[in-house]
Amino acid sequence: MKAAILGLILLGGLLAAAPLARAEEAPPACEVPAYLLNSDSTLGRVAAAVKSGKPLNVLVVGSRSSTIVSQDGSAYPAKLLAMLKEKLAQLNINLSVEIQIGKTAEESAATFVKLVETKNPTLVIWQTGTVDAIRGVDPDDFRSAVDEGITALQKAGVDVVLVNLQYSPRTETMTSVPPYLDTMRVVAQQHDIPLFDRFAIMRHWNDSGDFDLFSSTHGAELAKRVHACIGRALSKFVIDAAHLDHAQQN
Amino acid sequence: MTSVAEPIAGAPRTKTAAAAPAITLPAVSERELRLDLFRGLALWLIFLDHLPNNILAWLTIRNYGFSDATEIFIFISGYTAAFVYGRAMLQSGFVIASARIMRRVWQIYVAHVFLFTIFLAEVSYVAARFENPLYTEEMGIMDFLKQPDVTIIQALILRFRPVNMDVLPLYIVLMLFLPLILWLMKWRADVTLLLSAVLYAVTWHFDLYLSAYPNGAWFFNPMSWQLLFVFGAWCALGGANRMSRVMSSRLTLWICAAYLVFAFFVTLTWHFPQLGFLMPRWLEKWMYPISKTDLDVLRFAHFLALAAITVRLLPKDWPPLKSAWLRPLILCGQHSLEIFCLGVFLAFAGHFVLTEVSGNSPIMHFLVSLAGILIMSGMAWVISWYKRSADKDAKKGIGNADMAGGSL
Repeated sequence: MKAAILGLILLGGLLAAAPLARAEEAPPACEVPAYLLNSDSTLGRVAAAVKSGKPLNVLVVGSRSSTIVSQDGSAYPAKLLAMLKEKLAQLNINLSVEIQIGKTAEESAATFVKLVETKNPTLVIWQTGTVDAIRGVDPDDFRSAVDEGITALQKAGVDVVLVNLQYSPRTETMTSVPPYLDTMRVVAQQHDIPLFDRFAIMRHWNDSGDFDLFSSTHGAELAKRVHACIGRALSKFVIDAAHLDHAQQN
Repeated sequence: MTSVAEPIAGAPRTKTAAAAPAITLPAVSERELRLDLFRGLALWLIFLDHLPNNILAWLTIRNYGFSDATEIFIFISGYTAAFVYGRAMLQSGFVIASARIMRRVWQIYVAHVFLFTIFLAEVSYVAARFENPLYTEEMGIMDFLKQPDVTIIQALILRFRPVNMDVLPLYIVLMLFLPLILWLMKWRADVTLLLSAVLYAVTWHFDLYLSAYPNGAWFFNPMSWQLLFVFGAWCALGGANRMSRVMSSRLTLWICAAYLVFAFFVTLTWHFPQLGFLMPRWLEKWMYPISKTDLDVLRFAHFLALAAITVRLLPKDWPPLKSAWLRPLILCGQHSLEIFCLGVFLAFAGHFVLTEVSGNSPIMHFLVSLAGILIMSGMAWVISWYKRSADKDAKKGIGNADMAGGSL
């Protein structure tokens, strides 16, 4: 029994150390450790659409942190599209962005049926949680809102990727973020959909020195660089979750 | 092995006649230092947890199980409040004891408002200087500054509470109901505990909550958390005594230990997502989310297990309790309200220093944490020195505060 526990602990230690070791070898340009981009859940509809040669329509629904003020072209959705096109050159990929400023998950979810009708996406990337955290929406209400939103999308035959909050060290003492992160993780698990852990990834970049997210810069340079990196990581995440790299080889 | 559940002062239960009240109070002899020790520890941990991103926060118990310092703080507060004011109620009656409790409530309220002012100052300062396009959205948290007429009033009626300022409002509400709790306990202690459990169950079943401003609910739902407070009071008023046989059995010990190990492994999977595959899906579905707002049963059970094992491992007369090394912790625990407020303030100030002044290296984090703990301990020492000398003067009749307009 003791040996078994000891073994487990050692295993845990090894697993924890492995990605760190890899990150050290890589250049410090916003690498993301593999475990932050792993997902057990798959994007079956995206994979099927690609296989049958249909165009891949991606819709990003998000609040203000999915854009950079007056720099839409540099925000992560645009970068995501560029990366996807680069990696999947022979596919017909379209991406539209629906920025819903100041909308909570509940308000956002209410728009989904109509959105899917007009945009007809294969994949919806839903970034949410920030507005709810700022307004202090009850985590239970937030949970059912996210749940309803995902259910509506899945019923409409759409694959979903959830994107959680940004890591924002400067406002950490003012907003209680963990309940919203936990809730999103739980709901994603329940619906078996991939969760892109933007929070953990950004924190990793901050801790490893890739970006100084404490910086109070007034320019858009940092925001552009971070968004470019998020777009790249997200493209990798989507391709992995839909097993598109395998589809290419076949 | 000493019994787990000695009464607070180690005196045997008084023999009660048939008509005696349902609660028994041990005689006051010596202070129960274990309570002070763990409340002091809870205060240190709350401080460390409130400093975001802190390396030392890895030492805090919330990273090793379900419950955290809040549970310790509320339980011990219930225990000591019942002990102090329960005695007052038996000796001076309901009205006097209630009046004393209300005075305490007022002190806590003033402390809360004071902390809110400091929070306002910090947020206003940051809002005026921080302009990072990456965080345009997150800056929305400061929008409440645009409507001071509404938010400040909502803060005064405890409906608007910034992050990290949720414990005191909970404490205020719990203390408001303490006269009722004690009065019921005087009648039938076990029934009171049962009623408290019923309220807890009803709260869960009907999803009761106190609304907050601008929306949402109280982060710590008083209708759930009262269970821990009442349980603390029940233990103080003889319940711990009655549980002693159950608590000292080997079976209890093993169950508690097994549960703590289980909780430890579950929390391990939170910190190392790579271990997530070890967690069965059905268990996750059943267990998550573990609500802090409503004091999840898993958290409550985790606290009970922790308390049972602690009480068992640390006897009341554990020698280090008198050592100089634990003195800072014990002193902090003895002046919990002052030190709690100071801790919240220091967490704000520490975060401020880290983000605005010094840069955010791990070494600075460590130094800020250490400085905070030293300041808290130093302050606790000053307060107890002041109280000691003030008590002495009062006995001699020197410096009567009433002549200067009343004491606080």
